[in-house]
Amino acid sequence: MSLIKAFVAIIRRDLILAVRRRAEIVNPLFFFILVVTLFPLGIGAQATLLQAMAPGVIWVSALLAAMLSLDSLFRSDFDDGSLEQMLLSPYPVAVLVLGKVVAHWLVTGLPLILIAPLLAVFLGLPDAAMGTLVKTLVLGTPVLSLIGAIGVALTVGLRRGGMILSLLVLPLYIPVLIFASNAVDMAAMGLPVSAQINILMAILCLALVLAPLPAAAALKMSVN
Amino acid sequence: MSIIPAPVSRFFHRMASPPIFYAFVDKLIPWLSLIFIGLTGAGLYLGLFVAPADYQQGDSYRIIYIHVPAAWMSLFIYVLMAICGGIALIWRMKLAEVMMVSSAPIGAGFTFIALVTGSLWGKPMWGTWWVWDARLTSELILLFLYLGAISLYGAIEDRRTASRAVAILVIVGVVNIPIIHYSVQWWNTLHQGPTVAKAGKPSIHISMLIPLLLMATAFKFHYAIAVLQAAKVEILKREQNTQWVKKLIEENA
Repeated sequence: MSLIKAFVAIIRRDLILAVRRRAEIVNPLFFFILVVTLFPLGIGAQATLLQAMAPGVIWVSALLAAMLSLDSLFRSDFDDGSLEQMLLSPYPVAVLVLGKVVAHWLVTGLPLILIAPLLAVFLGLPDAAMGTLVKTLVLGTPVLSLIGAIGVALTVGLRRGGMILSLLVLPLYIPVLIFASNAVDMAAMGLPVSAQINILMAILCLALVLAPLPAAAALKMSVN
Repeated sequence: MSIIPAPVSRFFHRMASPPIFYAFVDKLIPWLSLIFIGLTGAGLYLGLFVAPADYQQGDSYRIIYIHVPAAWMSLFIYVLMAICGGIALIWRMKLAEVMMVSSAPIGAGFTFIALVTGSLWGKPMWGTWWVWDARLTSELILLFLYLGAISLYGAIEDRRTASRAVAILVIVGVVNIPIIHYSVQWWNTLHQGPTVAKAGKPSIHISMLIPLLLMATAFKFHYAIAVLQAAKVEILKREQNTQWVKKLIEENA
């Protein structure tokens, strides 16, 4: 079996598993919607205030939802031992990790991107910024999954890894948050956003190449 | 053929053995303490009494003699931890692991000091304890990175596994620090620009620069003392079932 085949097989397997356990797809999505709903309730329903806060609210909520969904990335494989089998396979672990991250993003990241414009309308984000919001989410959420894979690989062996995971992962999410919500902000004011989008692309490229390596090393350490 | 001269590499090989390192550190710490006290005394005297008051900020600028060295140390220690982490991952050297995990709380301490002194200075100068400024924010994020490393080390029971986990985390963090730094800078900036380490002449007067550099060196020595003490404890914990530790305790009892 070639490397590409193994990569595709991992994605296929994880997607099938996700379809069989639909709660894993739906839960982060509900969480995302719920958190966005909490903001108007907590801050007050002034349209101008909500409109100004919309990019940040949507992005912070997406960040939290992505972090919450991370646990499912390696958890079940770790519990039933298939993770060990993957590490024993002749393929580079980093490529298999990348496959798992891609599948995880398709399951948890993609639904966020689809639902986000709707929530943005609820918060009164100007139409001009809608395209930018989707663009930043398309570029940003894969980075969240990739960086998150490192954190979750480090903590998968722990019984109470959840709190530590947030401490490990959230500081590393900050650049994505800054550039993405800044881009949406600027777009809402009608300013050009190509610089932010380019930087997000660069971060995505870097994360795609670099993040699977420490994640693989961390998995090997966690399984031992 | 090695690039490193034989005596130097022999020294490092000997130091990799915990008992020899322990005994060596025991002898080293008093000397380091002596240098530290001398440097701090000179630095504080020159900084607090000799250096002139700032024409705008009066005497309250003098907090830089603590604030700036602590901020420098906070970054320096993180990079050092990453280097130790790399050594620990590649050569599986126990001592590099020990130095890395012992550095984390000290680095967090320096970061905290930098934040606290910064906010104490910010109150009279900017009129507020805290501003969401680029440098303050990235320093705060650095503190979170330190805390993440410390809590990860605490969460994994086996010390060697824990050290390897921390090593991976710290290396990932070090790659991220410039990205975080520049992203935060893009986001907002109020903190004054670099004054010492910029191209050309530093825009700080020499009478203020000398105590600052003295204090910075003193902080380096303080770190060395603190990290070696912490490393001693860590080594004793790791090697608690070995003969030499037993003998050491019996001798000191």
